[in-house]
Amino acid sequence: MALVLNDEQTMLRDNARGFLAKNAPIAHLRALRDNRDADGFSRALWKNFVQMGWAGILVPQDYGGLGLGHVEAGVVMEELGRTLTPSPFLSTAVLAASAIARAGTDQQKENYLPKIVAGELIATLAVDETAKHHPEKIAMTATRAGNGFKLSGAKTFVIDGHVAKLLIVVARTSGKAGDTAGLTLFLVDASAPGVRSERTSTVDTHNAARITFDDVNASADSVLGKIDAGWDVLEGVLNVGRAAVAAEMVGASEEAFSRTVAYLKERKQFGKAIGEFQALQHRAAHLYCELEVTRAAVLKALQTLDDSYDRAGAIVSVAKARAGLSATLAVNEAVQMHGGIGMTDEFDIGLFMKRVRVCQELFGDSNFHADRLARLNRY
Amino acid sequence: MENLENFRKETRAWLEANCPPEMRRSSQSEDDTCWGGRHWKFQSDAQRQWLERMAAKGWTVPEWPREYGGGGLSREEAKILRQTMRELNCRSPLDSFGIWMLGPALLKYGNEEQKREHLPKIARGEIRWCQGYSEPGSGSDLASLQTRAEDKGDQFLVNGSKIWTSYADKADWIFCLVRTDPNAPKHEGISFLLFDMESAGVSTKPIILISGSSPFCQTFFDDVLVPKANLVGKLNKGWDIAKYLLTHERDMIGGMGTTSENRSLGQIAADTVGSHNGMLADTALRSQIAAFEIDALAFRLTMDRAGDMAKVGHAHPAVSSLLKYYGTELNKRRMELVMSAGGTDALEWEGERSREGRSARAWLRSKANSIEGGTSEVQLNIIAKRILGLPGA
Ligand SMILES: Cc1cc2nc3c(=O)[nH]c(=O)nc-3n(C[C@H](O)[C@H](O)[C@H](O)COP(=O)(O)OP(=O)(O)OC[C@H]3O[C@@H](n4cnc5c(N)ncnc54)[C@H](O)[C@@H]3O)c2cc1C
Ligand SMILES: Cc1cc2nc3c(=O)[nH]c(=O)nc-3n(C[C@H](O)[C@H](O)[C@H](O)COP(=O)(O)OP(=O)(O)OC[C@H]3O[C@@H](n4cnc5c(N)ncnc54)[C@H](O)[C@@H]3O)c2cc1C
Repeated sequence: MALVLNDEQTMLRDNARGFLAKNAPIAHLRALRDNRDADGFSRALWKNFVQMGWAGILVPQDYGGLGLGHVEAGVVMEELGRTLTPSPFLSTAVLAASAIARAGTDQQKENYLPKIVAGELIATLAVDETAKHHPEKIAMTATRAGNGFKLSGAKTFVIDGHVAKLLIVVARTSGKAGDTAGLTLFLVDASAPGVRSERTSTVDTHNAARITFDDVNASADSVLGKIDAGWDVLEGVLNVGRAAVAAEMVGASEEAFSRTVAYLKERKQFGKAIGEFQALQHRAAHLYCELEVTRAAVLKALQTLDDSYDRAGAIVSVAKARAGLSATLAVNEAVQMHGGIGMTDEFDIGLFMKRVRVCQELFGDSNFHADRLARLNRY
Repeated sequence: MENLENFRKETRAWLEANCPPEMRRSSQSEDDTCWGGRHWKFQSDAQRQWLERMAAKGWTVPEWPREYGGGGLSREEAKILRQTMRELNCRSPLDSFGIWMLGPALLKYGNEEQKREHLPKIARGEIRWCQGYSEPGSGSDLASLQTRAEDKGDQFLVNGSKIWTSYADKADWIFCLVRTDPNAPKHEGISFLLFDMESAGVSTKPIILISGSSPFCQTFFDDVLVPKANLVGKLNKGWDIAKYLLTHERDMIGGMGTTSENRSLGQIAADTVGSHNGMLADTALRSQIAAFEIDALAFRLTMDRAGDMAKVGHAHPAVSSLLKYYGTELNKRRMELVMSAGGTDALEWEGERSREGRSARAWLRSKANSIEGGTSEVQLNIIAKRILGLPGA
């Protein structure tokens, strides 16, 4: 497949860019932060996303969704990255929707997907338990009790976990931490007895939660996919999340970069535009190359998820690792090249740095993915 | 799509039937490359046969038009041919500056006679070309070149000297930048000339590289007479052609780092540093190799994407600077890792075991990648100016 967006994808991108620039520019993020918004995102804006079909972007048309692919989801993520817009798009439309659409029974799909499409359900994936991403080290337990299970343990950094009504929880039904076998996914109502959630306020003004589970009942019907064999489903969903976050970083870093290039042309010192100094020109040109190379890898990863979902692991790791590194370089250079003003809260450039730091950690940082690639290539 | 699948099948069958077994082994050294030319000595019958068969199909230059000795293939077909050759481990039948650089420039700027005269000979490997751009005083600032060509009626009289002329001592003809108007601004007085290296007044002096081989020369022109019919394009308009040709040279050099070796870096390192639980025992080296592989794969995709962008008309003309810069820096990184993974084995300079110091020589040779065809710094200047639009670049 050609590594370019087709006409429909380009139209989606242009529409998303136009819409977000008008309705959710960075001032929108600032307002949520400065007003200490209770939800941390705008429900009115989310309703607009729903009206445009974005909540159901990955949901099959049979369930009322747009039935589009990962490339399209990535296009939206990239635009959200440009404007640093907080929304349940990643948690609900990307992670939860794709997990349920891929692994759900007809009944589960019927129960949840139309609600996601309609904007009636915010859902998320609860996977990490430690400060660094280590999905195979999941220790949270699900022990059999009658026909169902009892869940106990704690999850951390659950995206939108403070507002989600449905949690897709990964727990261990057998084996020990470190085994990929023995994991099972459960669909858990966030208001079930024993579930406690604590909002974590993070550096980037986006939202996550620490969630504890204390003997929470999960019925047999709530199992998503197969018991003990949740790893493949989980890896698939994580790959989708990784590629989506990589796309978000592409958007954030390119926006930071283009603001920086504009500043190089405008700011004068020593009687000329600072963009005339070769010390800055070469760094900017190098950064441009890094961003272009990342863009190709991220697009390929999204396309591979569409074409051969089960074989996307390696390219997704390449994309996530590269996006993390090049976005980190982009935001660091952005602040540096802005000089003193780049350090101020009033100026937007620092906000890109904050979001990129979070995206770098989500679903494995660059080191995690380099290690994963090395394992896949057996060295 | 169906047609392409047929083409793939036919191509595979043809290659299997026609590529001699000796030409389906990875090449062992630079000597295995067939450069063609008047004085070429084929290394084996297989090398000759392979060239002749491929040239007869036009597949030494698959995308050139058939009337000039090419295969007339579409971009997709040519891609399939390359892929299939890679899968079957077929060597390239012919490599040359004529194919990589002069051909594309002649196809765009040459007149009909020049195309008919020169292109088929390039395609068949009969004439080997060298590139006369750089001069002792004009490297990165190429447009400051001083080699003169004076108007003498039906001929030009060429005087001056070129340097770093790769394979000048082995080449049959040269494509050469000369100053035809010394009074015009530097970019506007340059012309693009072709001439025979056997012309009276041409001489070469080989220069040895740090890798120990001597592929390039200083080249002297002492009252060389060149027929005016050998001027490509218009008089004093050679700079546009020179730049166009450079974009092809840069694409070619930039792509060199992506040709994969038989053994991956991970395998090389496993032999020297050992493994522990399936992971390289030297964890720092392991991280460096993984980081490299991530960038190398992403770069290969960047080259694919550049091609796809060109096809839909969205390619930036300066994208070859990106590919050249990134690809050559990557190749240098790869060779540093080959040395690091190889340890003291990689330091051997002579003898069977090291295949005459293959690693060390390739490592040293790779350092030229970010110099030849325009240095990395020059590529960054071009990107800053033409893509980012930074002032004063
Ligand atoms: C936390 C903080 C505390 C500070 N405290 C003080 C203080 O107490 N007192 C005080 O007087 N100042 C203070 N400063 C100001 C500080 O000294 C300036 O920010 C600094 O000198 C850079 O100037 P600038 O911000 O105008 O950036 P600019 O000069 O506009 O620089 C912008 C970018 O261009 C680059 N650049 C500029 N000229 C060139 C060149 N010739 N070649 C290559 N690159 C170039 C810079 O390196 C930078 O990356 C403080 C700044 C900060 C961030
Ligand atoms: C192996 C090899 C094969 C070659 N083959 C050929 C050939 O076949 N035909 C041919 O014509 N030429 C050939 N060349 C020459 C090559 O194109 C030149 O070496 C190259 O263009 C650089 O010119 P220079 O060597 O004069 O270096 P210089 O231009 O003197 O550069 C020296 C250093 O200064 C830097 N520099 C120069 N200008 C700037 C600037 N404006 N901004 C920032 N930095 C700058 C350069 O990047 C470099 O690091 C070959 C070179 C090599 C190494």
